[in-house]
Amino acid sequence: MTAMDEARGKPVKAGYVRPLDFKHGRVDMTHGGGGRAMKQLIEQLFAAAFDNEWLAQGNDMARVRLPAGRVVMATDSHVITPLFFPGGDIGCLSVHGTVNDVAMAGAVPVYLAVSFILEEGFPLAALKRIVESMARAAREADVAIVTGDTKVVEQGKGDGVFITTTGVGVVDERIDIGGARARPGDAILLSGFVGDHGMTIMSTRESLAFGADLRSDTAALHGLVAAMLAPVREAMRADPSRGIHALRDPTRGGLATLLNEIAGQSGVGMLIEEGAIPVRPQVEAACEFLGLDPLYVANEGKLVAFVAPQDADTVLAAMRAHPLGRDAARIGTVTEDPHHFVQMTTRFGGRRVVDWLTGEQLPRIC
Amino acid sequence: MKYIDEFRDGAVARGIAAQIAREVRCDRRYHFMEFCGGHTHAISRYGVTDLLPPQVKMIHGPGCPVCVLPIGRVDLAIRLALEHRVTLATYGDCLRVPASDGLSLLKAKARGAKIAMVYSAGDALELARRQPGQQVVFFAIGFETTTPPTALVIRQAAAEGLANFSVVCNHVLTPSAITSILESPEVRQFGTVPLDGFIGPAHVSTVIGSAPYEHFAQEYAKPVVIAGFEPLDVMQAILMLVRQVNDGRAEVENEFTRAVTREGNLKAQALVGEVFELRRSFEWRGLGEVPYSALAIRAEYAALDAERKFALETRRVPDNKACECGAILRGVKQPRDCRIFGTVCTPENPVGSCMVSSEGACAAHYTYGRFREIAVQAA
Amino acid sequence: MCLAVPVRVVELGAGDAAIVDLGGVRKEISLALVDGVAVGDYVILHVGYALTKLDPAEAERTLALFAEAGVLPQ
Repeated sequence: MTAMDEARGKPVKAGYVRPLDFKHGRVDMTHGGGGRAMKQLIEQLFAAAFDNEWLAQGNDMARVRLPAGRVVMATDSHVITPLFFPGGDIGCLSVHGTVNDVAMAGAVPVYLAVSFILEEGFPLAALKRIVESMARAAREADVAIVTGDTKVVEQGKGDGVFITTTGVGVVDERIDIGGARARPGDAILLSGFVGDHGMTIMSTRESLAFGADLRSDTAALHGLVAAMLAPVREAMRADPSRGIHALRDPTRGGLATLLNEIAGQSGVGMLIEEGAIPVRPQVEAACEFLGLDPLYVANEGKLVAFVAPQDADTVLAAMRAHPLGRDAARIGTVTEDPHHFVQMTTRFGGRRVVDWLTGEQLPRIC
Repeated sequence: MKYIDEFRDGAVARGIAAQIAREVRCDRRYHFMEFCGGHTHAISRYGVTDLLPPQVKMIHGPGCPVCVLPIGRVDLAIRLALEHRVTLATYGDCLRVPASDGLSLLKAKARGAKIAMVYSAGDALELARRQPGQQVVFFAIGFETTTPPTALVIRQAAAEGLANFSVVCNHVLTPSAITSILESPEVRQFGTVPLDGFIGPAHVSTVIGSAPYEHFAQEYAKPVVIAGFEPLDVMQAILMLVRQVNDGRAEVENEFTRAVTREGNLKAQALVGEVFELRRSFEWRGLGEVPYSALAIRAEYAALDAERKFALETRRVPDNKACECGAILRGVKQPRDCRIFGTVCTPENPVGSCMVSSEGACAAHYTYGRFREIAVQAA
Repeated sequence: MCLAVPVRVVELGAGDAAIVDLGGVRKEISLALVDGVAVGDYVILHVGYALTKLDPAEAERTLALFAEAGVLPQ
């Protein structure tokens, strides 16, 4: 029943609410106020997009059943600028990020919770785009967004939108994949090209403009992880020294940071080969322009696996057979090293240490 | 990438390395200083040291403009931002340089200062154009490579009559720095820093040409080979230096012929001469006061000189007592000779400038080289 | 302080502006410091400005010198 009908003297429909204006509307303080406006936002935007039985119940929580196994939980906040970039947006990024964290335990992600902090004045059209992107990413990842929260902060106190996602999944009780499990001799396998996401973001920032054909690699990796586990699952269940020991995705701080983290956690060293690390020519070139090192640039759709030597070829083959691991490569080996150095033989022939990132990687002029 | 990849070829490197090994005399050492921070970085990043015979030792020189920037100048920039509330535009390299009171430009930003990181002097100018009501100050640093762009934007700003743009000029000169090293007691009298030759800076030389180095070759009888930035350039330059030393020659040779000529970029030099003049003296961190080693903005462009505009005075600030940056910059000490290297002073928590810039001798050694001092076995 | 890269000029713009290409990545830069640059030339780029043209003949000569170093007689 439209407002025009009302005006024609027809009876007022009970509980009528003017639909949200997704073309020109903006977030205002009432959308976080807990009242009708907020309820409307939740119903007409979030619940409509995420569309599942839990949200339909309208509770402030979700009662869910988990498949058998060990529960894995992870959370991530997303504060990225710009919100939309080639290859993705903050919406799908927030789904992929948490799905991937859960997947790095070898787990199947099942449910997500999402909370939004919206800035007063944020266009509803942009919010709708983000939410629809999240819904799509969740559907493709086969996870349900079962509960959430919304708050609104005053203009100037937020960067448009901040999104936090928390995810829950399950992993086989007998599978033990964790950052402290890498062992000397393990093969280090990388699922594909590094640096795509970070350089894509750099390229959209003002003072560093590149007209390059770069896209973020943001993707949900649990399918790839499942494919990697399949051929070694039984061996791993029987013998913890087999198969995949550790998994991690190289997000902020890049591949170098990931390797140093695992080296520290596992108490090992590493030796990698620069020539074996896949980097796209555009990413190399963009890094040259700015004096950045691709090893430290963020990724959002890649993973590194530390695999028992006898299973390395099998796992690598499984990676390459999967669309997200087609360019997978073995980049090195875990070593015994009380100092936990990550060393690299350069393409040039010399050797150097790949150290922790210091502060933020800033473009150099020197 | 053309003109980059070919100059990083590992197989060719091994060829040059073998040749260097063949030509060095076993009965002597060769100490070469690579003046430029970019060369320090290339040597570390590509592991060039691994390919050199033990007789050849590289000494890191003070050619890192961030490393030689005195604390007092960074304090000045911080004061401008925090007290005068300008937007301070700076290259990324300067952001983490430790200054007084535990501050840096990055930390000042956390305190509310408007610090804008720019990739180019032109970006700073653009910032000023876009915010006519806000004073924008460009913190200009660099050797002769980076000076012409600053000169350009000063001239442009003057032509446009931009009232809200000015520059703090910290531009320094390469030949003066080389002189001060050669004149230092450790080199001249005591021989504590044996110096057999220099690898001359690559891109500085595209601007100033190879001619200015002829003075060093003649006056001090030290060979200079100007080298490009890629690791093969550096190795070839080392080979050329070894040959000069063996032959008893002290000449200026140019390995970087694809970009460097004897007279350099005359257009850029003229532009710099139009906008800048020599300062009688300028403090270099680690080298002290060096005469005629830095540039100031000429009176005709006074309106664009932030030091005049904001009546700024540089306060002299001594280095941390334990900091050996000065000695390291002059090649007198190595990073590991510094008491606080790797303990108190790390890239995450730099005490001195050699650790802040990724080209500083300490940062390069920490990041790329310190593992050499510790034996590591593979599984 | 000389992070500079050799880039190829692909387009000349208004005034001193030009578009350069390195490995497929393009950027707008200024040619204000160098005269006589044509499309197809290589320049050395530093902080958004071309500093000089790169001489392809000299580059080839230098590469030849490198290769020679590996095969000189004892």
